[in-house]
Amino acid sequence: MSALFFFIAAIGAIAGAVGVVVLRNPFYSVLALVSHLISLALLFLLLQAQFVAAAQVVVYAGAVMVLYVFVVAYVGGGEEPVTPTGGRSLRPVAVVFATALFVELTIAVLGTGLAAIDTRGPDVAATFGTPEQIGELLLTKYLLPFELCSFLLLIAAVGAVALARRRRGMEDDPATVSVHDVFTMSIPSGLGSQAESVGGHLVAAPTASAERDVQDDPAGDDTGKDR
Amino acid sequence: MDVKWYLAVSALIFAIGATGVLTRRNPLVVLLCLELMLNAANLSLIGFSRMWGNADGQIFAIVVMVVAACEVTVGLGIVVAMHRRRLPVDVDELRELQG
Repeated sequence: MSALFFFIAAIGAIAGAVGVVVLRNPFYSVLALVSHLISLALLFLLLQAQFVAAAQVVVYAGAVMVLYVFVVAYVGGGEEPVTPTGGRSLRPVAVVFATALFVELTIAVLGTGLAAIDTRGPDVAATFGTPEQIGELLLTKYLLPFELCSFLLLIAAVGAVALARRRRGMEDDPATVSVHDVFTMSIPSGLGSQAESVGGHLVAAPTASAERDVQDDPAGDDTGKDR
Repeated sequence: MDVKWYLAVSALIFAIGATGVLTRRNPLVVLLCLELMLNAANLSLIGFSRMWGNADGQIFAIVVMVVAACEVTVGLGIVVAMHRRRLPVDVDELRELQG
């Protein structure tokens, strides 16, 4: 039974991987990677790594792939031409190289002297790979790597924001909205704001509001165009 | 199933990912193929973890997933920055690091 599940999951994983490489549209590549990740999570389950399998599905196939889908939709991801734009195509060389890599890896792994590679591994307790065990290891033996991982994630998030932000000087409309403007900005009545819905106070005196609107309009337009 | 089957699948996925990195020119797809290679490494790690009956390899796999998430975040940030600057989203056209 385990063999049947293994072959189903392995074929799914390999088919998903081939789909990522072969499909022309990046959007379909992302979808193929999602199916690949789910098949891989099944393989992890067969190896008694329940927590990693769950994290794989939730974090990878869920969160990271959604990020990919958004970026593909933003960039547009046009289908790339089959033939390269310039120069000779080195694609056959790349395929030969990858085949050689596969043969080399297979020889290295299967030709190793590890005797346990032909077994299913020792009989482990039912708690092997459960969130309890992983959590205990993460908070005792691997506490420092765990904390370093959190710092790495923070640095990556800040770096991504710094990379993808809109830089000043690239465009010729340096419209800035200060924090003070945001807090003192008045909302016209009749827009269905939350303050209105609970019958709270509406915006300040009409004259001040009209003034503020006139002041705020250009900035509002610019930001609308900008972002 | 023996552990070697998992390792063979892992090697095959790694080679497929390497093919993609070498042949595709869209940086988004190159990032996806890098993910394939990292996942193949994860499968090996978890297979060896099962082989020794030791959960340390699973911790290592989780760390690899964290590093992959960071790599994706920064890589997608670079792709978005390229798109914003009207640069061609094609790794063949980007031959220099100068902005």
